[in-house]
Amino acid sequence: MTLRRMILNANVKLLACLISLALIIWPFSLTSAVELSGNIAGEYRYFQHDAQSTEPGQHAPSLAFSPEFYTEWDGGRQNLIISPFLRVDAEDAQRTHADLREFQWLLVEDSWELRLGIGKVFWGVAESQHLVDVINQTDLVENSDTEDKLGQPIVNLSLFQDWGTVDLFVMPYFRERTFAGRDGRLRGPLMVDTDAAKYQSGAGQRHIDLAIRWSHSLGDWDIGLSHFYGTNREPLLLLNSTASALIPFYETMHQTGLDVQYTSDAWLWKLETIRRETDSDTFSALTGGMEYTIYSVLDSDIDVGLLAEYLFDDRNNASVTAFEDDVLLGTRLTWNDAQSSELLFGFIQDLSSQDIGWNIEASRRIGNHWKVSLEGRFFSVDDRSSVLFPVRNDDILQLELVRYF
Amino acid sequence: MRKLLIILMLAATSLAVAETPVEKGLAIALETDQRDKGWQDSFAEMKMVLRNRHGKESLRQIRITNLEMEGDGDKGLTVFDEPRDIKGTAFLSYSHALVPDEQWIYLPALKRVKRISSSNKSGPFMGSEFAYEDISSFEIPKYSYLYLRDEVLNGIDCFVLELRPQYQHSGYIKSHVWVDKVEYRRQKIDYYDRKDSLLKIQTFSDYQLYLNQYWRAHTMTMDNQQNGKSTTLYQQNFKFKAGLTDDDFKKNDLKRQR
Repeated sequence: MTLRRMILNANVKLLACLISLALIIWPFSLTSAVELSGNIAGEYRYFQHDAQSTEPGQHAPSLAFSPEFYTEWDGGRQNLIISPFLRVDAEDAQRTHADLREFQWLLVEDSWELRLGIGKVFWGVAESQHLVDVINQTDLVENSDTEDKLGQPIVNLSLFQDWGTVDLFVMPYFRERTFAGRDGRLRGPLMVDTDAAKYQSGAGQRHIDLAIRWSHSLGDWDIGLSHFYGTNREPLLLLNSTASALIPFYETMHQTGLDVQYTSDAWLWKLETIRRETDSDTFSALTGGMEYTIYSVLDSDIDVGLLAEYLFDDRNNASVTAFEDDVLLGTRLTWNDAQSSELLFGFIQDLSSQDIGWNIEASRRIGNHWKVSLEGRFFSVDDRSSVLFPVRNDDILQLELVRYF
Repeated sequence: MRKLLIILMLAATSLAVAETPVEKGLAIALETDQRDKGWQDSFAEMKMVLRNRHGKESLRQIRITNLEMEGDGDKGLTVFDEPRDIKGTAFLSYSHALVPDEQWIYLPALKRVKRISSSNKSGPFMGSEFAYEDISSFEIPKYSYLYLRDEVLNGIDCFVLELRPQYQHSGYIKSHVWVDKVEYRRQKIDYYDRKDSLLKIQTFSDYQLYLNQYWRAHTMTMDNQQNGKSTTLYQQNFKFKAGLTDDDFKKNDLKRQR
């Protein structure tokens, strides 16, 4: 049995587990002890150009299912959330995937909280990229914007003090990043062989990762300081021995991160900075900027937000990061209408080359249960050494229709 | 607190002498405020029905928990249930009389708590005809007061006051408030935009008495006179004095709201 087939089998088993779990929980939801919510989404992706490599096409429809089961007891002091995820993609077998986004038990006490299971944690304040946010692995096949995350097995103890919140994290199992398959887009000419992933640590996926974070609100300041020790969520991509594919290599890292937001009137000032140490490299990176909102512009109900962020990475090497000396400029339009219409439009300009990436996101509710959204990402990349060079022809327009329940 | 005492003393002494419209306006506002003190914490379920000018409706369902603060604006925690695409979104606010409120929003899909700007006083709340400032906590220093006249409204004897916002970013130049003379409950508010033309009319109905002291309107309707839209807000399942504290209104609490 090949490794690939074993993993496929494992996926099928996971799916079977999830379905039987859902079937077990379903009757409870009828007695209102378990609350069921979630959504089903139909998505259509259109790629403007032919792919670099011959296989993938320009059209990719897919379907996603994200239910969430929730139950609480002990007067609300304990609860359980189970949220599986499934996507079936007509084109890319790697994008057809299931995941347990959350399976988490929460215990709430007066001055502390304990979370146990599989969960998701977000750290940070910036919009263009999330440097300090390192707990969860990116589900890259879901969206190239890296906003989608895989469920992380985790024990999280939160301690509440007058001088802030201290969060302690223990992560006993590592999740590997997902990458587009042979028939998938948004990948280079060489595929990433995820079955051949290698680790610096002898413990591999079972390396126990640790993290600590202090966060606090002081008047107009919101501050977070964190340290992470464990497997780097971002793998190095190495050529395999026959130079026919890329192999993800996961190093062990120390990362210290600081995130700060200062809120003053309609201004939000944001800063995220990290220092990351691995065997292959030690570097610092930073995202800083502001968001300013003009409310009720021209006496209408429309708010116009203006975003500007600077992205810096002292490796100053386009082949390891796309954001070493870049600027994001963008605008967020909020209609404040009954349909919650929104439009986000922006671009990231590389200051040391001509490279530029455009981004557009728009959404609108239809009735009380439906939402339609449009996302577009367009690249103009000429720098051959850039990490974005392989995806320069993967300009994408993506339409999604979601039914919530 | 000392300021309040001075104001109260001024109000008391001036009652004895001849009362100017400004003094009478302030005295009525203070009495209204005084009668609604001491509820400590409150909870209510709220349904909003938004109607556009063609009569098409959309629904909002939220739950609001408030904490009464001595000498400061209240703290509030709002959880959204409907529409379903924003289910689980939670909003935390520390309101203040004249300095800007502190506000955070929790986005459940991203598990992200965001500090947001509180300058958005005049914008629509959830796409409704209620602006953020219409539903925020009432604090005496937020307005200047002027007694206009006595008037019978729908058979109820009322004082009519003029309020002018003293905080920044209000969408109104003034509002006219009808307060009934017996229980000091707001019966109607006319809001005037910054060009001084009538913008919205808010009516209060289905008042019920809680804990023998606190009157709560179960139905509030906001009619926009300029765009023909309206929103009706239905409140139910009021609960008071659940023993909540500051700790129940922390940024950390947003993440586990349901």
